[in-house]
Amino acid sequence: MNKILLILQREFITRVRKRSFIIMTLLGPVLFAAFMIVPIWLATQEDKEVKVIAVADSSHLFVNAIPPGDFITFVYPQSVSMDTLKNQLLRGMYYGILYIPHNIFASENVLLFTVKQPSLSTRMYISNTLKNMLQDAKLIKNNIPPDLIRSIRTSITVGTVRLTEEGKEKRSSSDVASIVGYAGGFLIYFFVFLFGAQVMRGVIEEKTNRIVEVIVSSVKPFQLMMGKILGIALTGLVQFILWVVISLFLYQAAQQMFFPQLSKTATQQALAQNVMEPGAGKNIVETPEKPMNVEENAEAVQMFEALKHVNYPLILGTFIFFFLGGYLLYAAMFAAIGSAVDNETDTQQFMLPITVPLIIAIFVMIKAMNDPDSSVAFWFSIIPFTSPVVMMTRIPFGVPAWQLILSMFLLVSTFIFMTWLAAKIYRTGILIYGKKVNWAELWKWIKYAG
Amino acid sequence: MPEIFRAEHIEKNYGTFRALDDVTISVEEGSIYGLLGPNGAGKTTFIRIVTQITAPDRGEIFFMGRKLTPDDVLHFGYLPEERGLYRKMKVGEQAIYLARLKGLSRTDALKKLKYWFEKFEMQSWWNKKVEELSKGMQQKVQFIVTILHEPKLLIFDEPFSGFDPINQALLKDEILDLQKKGATIFFSTHNMASVEELCDHITLINRSKAILSGEINTIKQQYKANLFEISFRGNPEGLKSSLPSGCSLVSVEPLPAGHKALVQMNRPPSDNELLSALLPAVHIDSFREVLPSMNEIFIRVVENASANQF
Repeated sequence: MNKILLILQREFITRVRKRSFIIMTLLGPVLFAAFMIVPIWLATQEDKEVKVIAVADSSHLFVNAIPPGDFITFVYPQSVSMDTLKNQLLRGMYYGILYIPHNIFASENVLLFTVKQPSLSTRMYISNTLKNMLQDAKLIKNNIPPDLIRSIRTSITVGTVRLTEEGKEKRSSSDVASIVGYAGGFLIYFFVFLFGAQVMRGVIEEKTNRIVEVIVSSVKPFQLMMGKILGIALTGLVQFILWVVISLFLYQAAQQMFFPQLSKTATQQALAQNVMEPGAGKNIVETPEKPMNVEENAEAVQMFEALKHVNYPLILGTFIFFFLGGYLLYAAMFAAIGSAVDNETDTQQFMLPITVPLIIAIFVMIKAMNDPDSSVAFWFSIIPFTSPVVMMTRIPFGVPAWQLILSMFLLVSTFIFMTWLAAKIYRTGILIYGKKVNWAELWKWIKYAG
Repeated sequence: MPEIFRAEHIEKNYGTFRALDDVTISVEEGSIYGLLGPNGAGKTTFIRIVTQITAPDRGEIFFMGRKLTPDDVLHFGYLPEERGLYRKMKVGEQAIYLARLKGLSRTDALKKLKYWFEKFEMQSWWNKKVEELSKGMQQKVQFIVTILHEPKLLIFDEPFSGFDPINQALLKDEILDLQKKGATIFFSTHNMASVEELCDHITLINRSKAILSGEINTIKQQYKANLFEISFRGNPEGLKSSLPSGCSLVSVEPLPAGHKALVQMNRPPSDNELLSALLPAVHIDSFREVLPSMNEIFIRVVENASANQF
């Protein structure tokens, strides 16, 4: 046991001291934070400057009629040729020229001339506004009052309330659950591959360095294998925790830096809206007369509420359990593969039993996000090779305790069995050089006496 | 001398291939013991069983008079044939790590390493990465790490194969030095010169079986051909005619002064009888019995064993 600790220590320290570990640890959260912050930042930044757009309207339908947005206004220069307008555009008099052809009813096409690439929100604003106006015009043409249509237009928001077994009501959001589940499942998939491959490379390195026999004369091969697997697990865990801590810190710092004017809760609401919904920044360029704003905000608030109700201790706890369990299960297999080959290029033929279950897990995970209680999701969250990824996806939706315990129990037993099996391959493999090994050979090794 | 370890009736199979077949070896404490045999005979398998890297299918190993236990590896210093170090790790750090795996405390390891690094004048390597050292330097580090914990039993698998000539000489000196300090050395080799120079006892393994075992001088006596080498001055014909019955002249060649003759003795008279028969005929400068070299014995025994096989 003491020796496993010594080996674990070396594996951990040499890895943590590596420049690549430090860079990855620092860069990961920066990328992650950037991923979260940048879209919001862009959305709030780009429309601050008021854009003046000259409308060249051949149809004469929209003259002085297009409603201005928060950061966009329209001017209607009369009897000026297109060429003059273009010259003025080049001299910076306008942000852009909106050309509306005379057959706009038929073509439903307008042209926007700009010097800079126009932002998505500008385009969306013009498109939405003109669409509404054109729709109204068409309605009037057919003698239907637009107000009538507007009052008919309906949108239903489904608020979800889950009754817990104790009879309490819980505001929930399946969107939030999906996202939390997806993130958890995918992270496990990613970590298993990332750190499992490190175990394999470590074993191959010891083999090619020819140090392995020196070491197994002092410690049992099993101790060497376990020390390495646990050392890398610790590295992974430390990296994950550092990521979480640094991410939170960066997130707070970025919030202070970029959104100081917004109160904390408002920012969080904005985040809940913008991050959680596809089409970030949509709300900012909402057409003023669209009456859905309140409802959307309600939905966002509800989502934020749901985010608050996510059971973080449970999710974090089970995440660490399934991350470790899944990693340990696959790391033993990675170690066995590493021991059987002389260099990394030879590993391909043995990778199938690792990649196939993990990729299946990812497919089932996507299905489980839509239907977390389907029988497919159930079975794959119980079967140990896919359970870490699939169960992690199901947990935010709520999983009966017995399923969770069964899944955990099976994962641990399979991990112990796989480690025992892998150790048998490992013990023989590390001492064999220059031999092309196949499955039959591995099976023989398993049967050799200790 | 009491024995330090004894392997009894060791058998090891890899699938249908029998790597060791009923091998028994006993090593006296304080001796230098050679394990000889052609490639693939089973030497490395035997050594890996003694070092408990693999387990035998049958047979038992005793160490210091009792059954071998896993903790006994702390008393072993093992230098495998395939050896190396972590290339990216610093020399000092790595030496401490390997010493601690052998059960030394950090402070003990540091103290002992200081002694050896001073002895071989390699203090300046301490903070270098292994990959920055030359092959010869790496071998020195490897050797120090093997003997650092002052093992009672040193096990070397082909120690001379990977080392350059300078380090081979150094290794030889250190082996003799370690023996003086009371360690037992057990090593496998093809290098017959080192066997002649170092070993007291040998076992020869061929095709998984121990086919010859014992003290080197006894084995040489056993395999001697009763050949005598005589340097003399005088007439070679005179020497030939005065040979006693049962002796025949194998060859005569001229020396700068006189001749050298090889005489084969086919019946067992004493060498004194031969000498006294020759003394009246020629002037004898030297007279010695030719003992076979270990190399000759090795080839003869292995070839005989192979011939018997078919």
